Amino acid sequence: MASITLNALAHTYTENPTKPEDYAIREMTHVWEQGGAFALLGPSGCGKSTLLNIISGLLKPSNGEVLFDGKRVNELKPEERNIAQVFQFPVVYDTMTVFDNLAFPLRNIGVPEYKVKSKVYEVAEILELSDQLKRKAKGLSADQKQKVSMGRGLVRDDVSAILFDEPLTVIDPQLKWKLRRKLKQIHEQFNITMVYVTHDQLEASTFADKIAVMYNGQIVQFGTPRELFENPAHTFVGYFIGSPGMNFFDAELKNQGGKEALMFGDHEISVSDAMLTRLKAMGANKVTLGIRPEFVHVWDGKNSDAFHVDVDYVEDLGTYKILSFLFHGQVMKARLSEDQKVPSGQIYVSFPEQWTKVYVDDYLVDLTDSAVDHDKKKEIQHAN
Amino acid sequence: MQIKVENNKAWFLVLPVFLIVAFSAIIPLMTVVNYSVQDIFDPYTRYFVGTEWFKQVMLDSRLHEALLRQFLYSFTILAIEVPLGICVALMMPTKGRGASLALILVAIPLLIPWNVVGTIWQIFGRADIGLFGAFMSSIGVDYNYASDPTDAWLTVVLMDVWHWTPLIALLCYSGLRAIPEVYYQAARIDQASRWAVFRYIQLPKLTNVLIIGVLLRFMDSFMIYTEPFVLTGGGPGSSTTFLSQSLVQQAIGQFDLGPAAAFSLVYFLIILLVCWVFYTTIMNMQKDK
Repeated sequence: MASITLNALAHTYTENPTKPEDYAIREMTHVWEQGGAFALLGPSGCGKSTLLNIISGLLKPSNGEVLFDGKRVNELKPEERNIAQVFQFPVVYDTMTVFDNLAFPLRNIGVPEYKVKSKVYEVAEILELSDQLKRKAKGLSADQKQKVSMGRGLVRDDVSAILFDEPLTVIDPQLKWKLRRKLKQIHEQFNITMVYVTHDQLEASTFADKIAVMYNGQIVQFGTPRELFENPAHTFVGYFIGSPGMNFFDAELKNQGGKEALMFGDHEISVSDAMLTRLKAMGANKVTLGIRPEFVHVWDGKNSDAFHVDVDYVEDLGTYKILSFLFHGQVMKARLSEDQKVPSGQIYVSFPEQWTKVYVDDYLVDLTDSAVDHDKKKEIQHAN
Repeated sequence: MQIKVENNKAWFLVLPVFLIVAFSAIIPLMTVVNYSVQDIFDPYTRYFVGTEWFKQVMLDSRLHEALLRQFLYSFTILAIEVPLGICVALMMPTKGRGASLALILVAIPLLIPWNVVGTIWQIFGRADIGLFGAFMSSIGVDYNYASDPTDAWLTVVLMDVWHWTPLIALLCYSGLRAIPEVYYQAARIDQASRWAVFRYIQLPKLTNVLIIGVLLRFMDSFMIYTEPFVLTGGGPGSSTTFLSQSLVQQAIGQFDLGPAAAFSLVYFLIILLVCWVFYTTIMNMQKDK
């Protein structure tokens, strides 16, 4: 059991990297605390698997360090790192029985046979594989094979962390749910650090306590599912998390009758005065505003404080409806609750101030940070 | 319920295949069957002899010896070529220029015509001018494949190993390339030794290509004719006379078409039987128990 620290880590597959785009992993410092269940969420090709393979030691990072419990492990081979990894496609040793598969990692390190036996039985019990132990692994179904691959990670006492690389991709939907619950249960029982790579936000949020969202080789936000939803630190998080994703529109900071205001076309978008002061201090003229469809307020009647917009269409998704509307020529979405009446033609919407997020250069302007912090975040991204 | 057959024209579509098979396999085979049950003096004088030729062939001690020799030969070369071929495949580079170069080098023996292979080894093994023969003489080994049966055997086996190990190696090489990288990664995580990786990942994934390889090599070596014929002519004595050569001696040398035909059929059945037994055994072993 260990905490995993990535210290100024970066990785490139090219020989002579010159631009930030050459890096699969851009310089990052990150800590996975001991015993946590984490998800690494991001689209295909964002560097998730690269990062995982660096942690397990299958890849050597081009820059920076990997630390387990504060000890540098860069030079250690995967077999010396005491890490278990479960891959996208289940790996079983075809010719062996399920029992021998589970016993394999133990026998490799010379554990006495009586201990092997008790450990394998214990793990098989947890994974509900007890009645399959005598079968050849080759004949198992995909989900059973994946359980066997997981089991090989669980039998070892010395495992510091289990890494999952999209382990449920090849599993049937109804079994996915079962296996995911099993994983969660195993995590509670063994208290092992688990890092779970996925591109499915639902999978990430049901499994993990904390999710790291990865984008372009960077971890853009690390937080609980709720934090990611309510307070996306980067426009990508807003866009990627939630269904549908956050609405974004560009606004300009203008002087309106002697007072600063955020303008979208000729509409003034209300944000706090503190925010306006901050934006002015940062010298940012162009900002991106984001609001989740869930927080867009759709008024039933006429309202003088709300914006007057055109309904585009309404999508019925069963338990709720998604309303698309045109706001100053831009398509935006709002989520309507079940009992809300379905509007048509011209309607009134408003954006509650507390849910209207302000982004400069794709990063959230957070009033609890200082202005310097925001620049620092940007700097990190452009450092390489 | 009665099914009414409306139209049988679809059967005509099978006709081309039927004709090809008839001309390529069934008719020639039936000719042999025809010979094997008759004593033919000339095209107009022939007698039906029943199983006479079969009895004669089965009791022929020269053929017994040749059969025994043949089995010994096939098993010897399989025992050498299969492990050696796997080793070569494991050692071949997988990436870059080295990979292409290794593929070409390994494939060269396969591209040489069989009688040329025989000639090459005939000269190669000569004690006076051959590279191998002269080398053996110079280090004091009394090596002469033309007069010593053991040396003749050794040379014939070596020749076959040189000629056909590349086939096994190339088959295994392609089998090894087809193993996804993730298996090796999982094995590293499981702290498997090099031997365990071979035993539990590589070998099981090679089973299918090895079955093909072993079957091909068994059939080919069991029917081997050209190379030993060119190299030793079956000698010294009859120490390297294998079944094919006995057959040719009988059919063309002595023109005993009847016994030769009976012999051919028995020969054919032996190959069929061995292949069938081998194949079913392996397939049963692979089944989930």
